[in-house]
Amino acid sequence: MRSAALGAIGLLALAACSPPGGDEEPEETSAPTTSATTSASGEISCGTEEVTVEAYVETGFPVFAELAAEFESQHPNVTFNIREDQFAVITQNAPRILADSETDIMRLPQMSELASDGLLLDLDPYAEAFGWDQWPSSQLEQMRVDDEGRRGSGPLYAMGLNYSMTGVFYNVELAEQIGMTEPPATLDEFDAYLQAAADEGLTPLNQFNGGATGGLAFPLQALMASYGDPSEINSWVYQQEGANIDTESNLAAAQHLNGWIESGYFADDINAIDYAQMMARFIEGDSVFIFTGDWESGNLDTQMPGNAGFFLMPPLEEGGQLGAMSAPLTYGVSANAANPDCAATFLDWVATDETARTIAVEIGGSHPMGPADAFMPELDESSVTAQTLAAGATVAENNGTMDFIANATGSIYAQSWTPQLQNMVAGQQTPEGLLETVQSDYLEQIGE
Amino acid sequence: MSTSWSTTDKATSRPSAPGPSDDLRRKRRAAKVRRLRTGLPGLLLVAPALAFYGVFVLRPLAATVQYSFYEWNGISTATWAGVDNYVRLLTDPDLLGPILNALQLIIYFSFVPVVFGVIAAAIIRKMGASRLAGISRTVLFLPQVIPLVAAGIMWTWLLATDGAVNQVMRVIGLDGLTRAWLGDFDTALPAVGVIGAWVNVGLCMLLMLAGMTKVDPSLYEAARLDGAGPIREFVSVTLPAVRQELGVAIIITVISALRSFDIIFISTQGGPGSSTMVPGLEIYYLAFFEREIGQASALAVALTVLVLIVVLPLNRLTRSDSDS
Repeated sequence: MRSAALGAIGLLALAACSPPGGDEEPEETSAPTTSATTSASGEISCGTEEVTVEAYVETGFPVFAELAAEFESQHPNVTFNIREDQFAVITQNAPRILADSETDIMRLPQMSELASDGLLLDLDPYAEAFGWDQWPSSQLEQMRVDDEGRRGSGPLYAMGLNYSMTGVFYNVELAEQIGMTEPPATLDEFDAYLQAAADEGLTPLNQFNGGATGGLAFPLQALMASYGDPSEINSWVYQQEGANIDTESNLAAAQHLNGWIESGYFADDINAIDYAQMMARFIEGDSVFIFTGDWESGNLDTQMPGNAGFFLMPPLEEGGQLGAMSAPLTYGVSANAANPDCAATFLDWVATDETARTIAVEIGGSHPMGPADAFMPELDESSVTAQTLAAGATVAENNGTMDFIANATGSIYAQSWTPQLQNMVAGQQTPEGLLETVQSDYLEQIGE
Repeated sequence: MSTSWSTTDKATSRPSAPGPSDDLRRKRRAAKVRRLRTGLPGLLLVAPALAFYGVFVLRPLAATVQYSFYEWNGISTATWAGVDNYVRLLTDPDLLGPILNALQLIIYFSFVPVVFGVIAAAIIRKMGASRLAGISRTVLFLPQVIPLVAAGIMWTWLLATDGAVNQVMRVIGLDGLTRAWLGDFDTALPAVGVIGAWVNVGLCMLLMLAGMTKVDPSLYEAARLDGAGPIREFVSVTLPAVRQELGVAIIITVISALRSFDIIFISTQGGPGSSTMVPGLEIYYLAFFEREIGQASALAVALTVLVLIVVLPLNRLTRSDSDS
């Protein structure tokens, strides 16, 4: 008995010697700078010897696997070893995977903390070598993190496979039934169509808002862009000094959303449905409108060909400011990567190779990264993929792209937006209270 | 192994009570040598298990306590935070709320299934060895066999807007009451509780049945001769006999309520709002999403202490009952 107690005390002592995490630190902070600069000085490629690229990607999105297969066939010496997980799992594993394993390329969650912790490779040397810095700067802006963890400027810590964009999808048949032959030009027109759908006994809007996924953030942010300036929302998401979500125009947007809730435009069980259920119901023709992104375009063209349409959230007045959430499908290279050159070569190839760009559009449904005048595959004009790509071009011309308000901090979505939006659906939170609470949580989270 | 060790311990220490003498001292020394000789193989046999216990239970436990005094994101160097994390536990309603929810869940996870378990066991015992008894026993115990995750998924389907529960309610004319049970602020916690009750009732029934089988049948006969009806028989004979099993059932189910995670993670993920947030889930979110390892550890320590505070008196209760 005595020796058992002694053993336990020994273990306690062992655990209590130094602050956790202290001993690993120096090695990790020095890693990114050295490996990137030395390797980027010479010719960057996957070489000619056998290379296995370790990849950790999101399950349910076949675009990465398709691109990897095509890359393997063009570069026979390269093999991809792909591990897939759900996004939530990737989010919780990301720091440890990047710190402890030699993952070369990985789908990234909100990345400011990962970059500040020195877990991601600085890709700027590659950007210079491959000429990514010649592309429209808005494409890479979201993936830059400065030394204080603010996004929008600083070294490049990730690259996109493509960049996606969100807006309103509608069921063409049901839209005709309520007299909507072309997308609404103003928010008032959109409201009128919602009322017409409700009068017809249809479910005008459906949106996932159950569990830990507050999908009402999609229409809320779209309304914010109709009422206000998308660049102000961006500076809030990028944690710029003095940024505030609790503004007059955002309040008007939140009140408008609350008006939709109170008018009963949303399905009455949105607090209990998840993303997959929303999509299933939309495809079955149970709702007229949903808010989601162009990553569904390919899927909808297969599941309801010719019957899905897309438009951007209309402005207050015809011809006014158009905005949309738009974000690259971010992939990063670990600071510990064994093959950073090959990973970077792959990322460049995705944006420049014609076959790769075709895959990014047809499988991914979203616009490929790269120069504005780069190759684009031919598309059927009536497909929803063609509509979302056209809308994406419009938003880019208007400088209306915004990062998702859920990406402002690592926990703002799960801890603030989701519960507060669920509260608002249940009538337990006001639009004023929603923005106030989120802003105070935000300040607390970035203040640390 | 350790029992033989402790019996020699007792046997040798007893003679030391009277005053010391040379003879006694020699005897004691001999006993000490013997004890070491018999103790060593015992220790060796225990060593592997002890090592595993140390590495996988004691060390993490110690580390959790240590982390709870730091502010740490899991990667970079931690900074000493003193008792700040514990102070926040008591002052932040976001952290206090989950604990209150867990206490409320005790009603559903413990009280309801124990009551149902006792009643079901009493009825099944009455059925004797009939086929119906066997079937009811299997049906009631089945939820214990199903993984909690599967149970959670099944119940989310049953409780959905178009799920079986609402369909049945519509058929019997209760249209006005149908709702998305897991998505409604007023019903989410009770709905989660129903899932827990469904899972735990089988365990409680089985424990009670085991307790009831050891009751001497002559006691029932005597009660019946004294003119006791089935209810009197249940209250005066069955219930006192299963007191200990009742204690075990209450302790196990109370612990399952306080540390609940799986069912809630699958069915509501703490929502809507934070109406079904429990400490287990909050610890997970804090550690893996907010990356506040220190705060998560503090909550974990508090949860462990809470479980001990609730369970230790219960444990004492059953023990003193069996002594009297």
